[in-house]
Amino acid sequence: MIEVREVSRNFGGFQALNNVSLNVEQGELVALLGPSGSGKTTLLRIIAGLDFADTGSIHFDGKDATAVAAGDRQVGFVFQHFALFRHMTVFDNVAFGLKVRKRSARPSKAEIAERVNHLLRMVQLESLGKRYPAQLSGGQRQRVALARALATEPRVLLLDEPFGALDAQVRKELRRWLRRLHDELGITGVFVTHDQEEALEVADRVVVMNKGGIEQVGTPSEIYDNPATPFVYNFLGHVNAVPATVSGGVAHLGGLRMGFAEGEAPEGVGAGTAFVRPHDVEILRDGDGILVTMRHAVVLGPSVRVEMELENGQAIEAELTRHRFTELGLERGERVLAAPRRAQLFLDDGRQYTVSCLTRPVAPRIVPSAEGGIRQRRP
Amino acid sequence: MKFRRAPRVIPGLPLAMGVTLLYLGLIVLLPVSGLLFRTFGLEWSEFVAVVTHPRAVASYKVTLESAAYAVAFNAVFGLLLAWVLVRYDFPGRRLLDAVMDLPFALPTAVAGVALTAAFASNGWLGQYLEPLGIKVAYTQLGIIVAMAFTSVPFVVRSLQPVIADLEPELEEAAETLGASPFQTFTKVIFPLIFPAFLTGVSLAFARSLGEFGAIIFIAGNMPFLTEITALVIFIRLEEYDYAAATAIATVVLASAFVMLLITNSIQLWHYRYARKN
Repeated sequence: MIEVREVSRNFGGFQALNNVSLNVEQGELVALLGPSGSGKTTLLRIIAGLDFADTGSIHFDGKDATAVAAGDRQVGFVFQHFALFRHMTVFDNVAFGLKVRKRSARPSKAEIAERVNHLLRMVQLESLGKRYPAQLSGGQRQRVALARALATEPRVLLLDEPFGALDAQVRKELRRWLRRLHDELGITGVFVTHDQEEALEVADRVVVMNKGGIEQVGTPSEIYDNPATPFVYNFLGHVNAVPATVSGGVAHLGGLRMGFAEGEAPEGVGAGTAFVRPHDVEILRDGDGILVTMRHAVVLGPSVRVEMELENGQAIEAELTRHRFTELGLERGERVLAAPRRAQLFLDDGRQYTVSCLTRPVAPRIVPSAEGGIRQRRP
Repeated sequence: MKFRRAPRVIPGLPLAMGVTLLYLGLIVLLPVSGLLFRTFGLEWSEFVAVVTHPRAVASYKVTLESAAYAVAFNAVFGLLLAWVLVRYDFPGRRLLDAVMDLPFALPTAVAGVALTAAFASNGWLGQYLEPLGIKVAYTQLGIIVAMAFTSVPFVVRSLQPVIADLEPELEEAAETLGASPFQTFTKVIFPLIFPAFLTGVSLAFARSLGEFGAIIFIAGNMPFLTEITALVIFIRLEEYDYAAATAIATVVLASAFVMLLITNSIQLWHYRYARKN
């Protein structure tokens, strides 16, 4: 088990990590997810012992490892750009961690060969042991890097953007393969990624990081369904942010009124932002909704992404089925109503609510655009 | 069939190749063949007599030995210097980097005079070394110092870009795999910079063998003791014994050629990992 306790790290005035605490359970695969500069790689490097915290401590299985050197932490580290030793064959790369051991702890030549061949079989590269890294594809190199990290039988496997340098197809394949490998070996793993899809698909738990702090820790579905903060909401895929106010126990998004769950409605008045997933946005010609101007539609396989603009010029997106899109027959520049079925409301004072559409019909009142025509699409 | 060629930065292979070959012919091959031609003016027995003359043989020994010491010193010192210049940031780093070219930029005679002034028994370095029993000027040590001085930039300048290109991740990877700093250097870093190191060292060695200006001021030039081969050639020329001069020069030429051949083969063998298939 890895325990990170109140770790902070400052790089010449830049606060890379700010009082971060995190537990990783035995056998778990955890993703550190965040944008660049969020501190995720710094945290991984501090766990590995390649960087050291200014304050705070790192514990492995309850023992303080804060001052232990990387080589003595029994961690396997996989680098984004593989960091293979290009003057060694694939076999020698994988064998490196065993060959550099002190004589007393070093396995015999035959044992090393057996272990290396076993690992190469596992990463499906058994026939390429005599090749040099320059003769391998990106995906193969990454698997060599993985086998090399596993050769010393580490307690923890740490991966820094393990698929970042690979193309989309190989990436998808390796992702599934890593998950399977993890399930087979049962090794504790932590990997860094900026790709939310990767984190949600591969990890048991996701740690969302931002500006040197942890925003939320949870299972992929917890993170996706119940984002704890506006940042997490924004970071996990497309989302619309609509300004909202609260009064009289009802949320107002533009002209639309949305209701709180039974007994949850806040008292008094307040202001904040409502986050709406594009697939939760319905487009209506009349009824209850937010007045928007249709700008652009993009066909994405079975669904259509419709880009619209609020009165204040802010962009809002809806995702419709192709059938519904054809049925509506939307025209560019047309004024229609966007009706979120469901939204996550974050008030400025930090309170958070789920609001949903009040079905009570309100008389439609579409005001024709004063200027008319199509305005330039906003970048 | 019509061939379509990708646009090149330097226009036209025939033209570029022609210019290259012309220059190679004019600047390298013509003088070298002239040298050989002169040498062929000698009978084989005369040639052997000239190049195995005890004074010539003593000069080979002095030159080779001194060059070997100078290069051994530069191999260690130059590697260290290149490493420090690339990996560490300290006040005056750029200045030190610029000063590195001084041995190249300085006329070698000026370097020789400067070194002699510093290491002579009343010079500002020599006056402290002399009481310790270390005589530099007018001894073989002086030759070594002069050779080391004029050839160190070869090692540093060959290594700098290669060290700068080493990804820090390689060292970190070795570290997480449990390698000691010494193992990381011998098994990971040194093999990667070895070809450049070899280039630098062999150039430094070649330069040391051929160095003339810087050495004759500090060496004392005593026949059999501190006389270098280049000086023996020069003396033969002064005696209007062109055939003898060119004969000894041929020996130097042959040894330089053999050395380059050996270092190039070692590099070729070492670079096997970079080949695609």
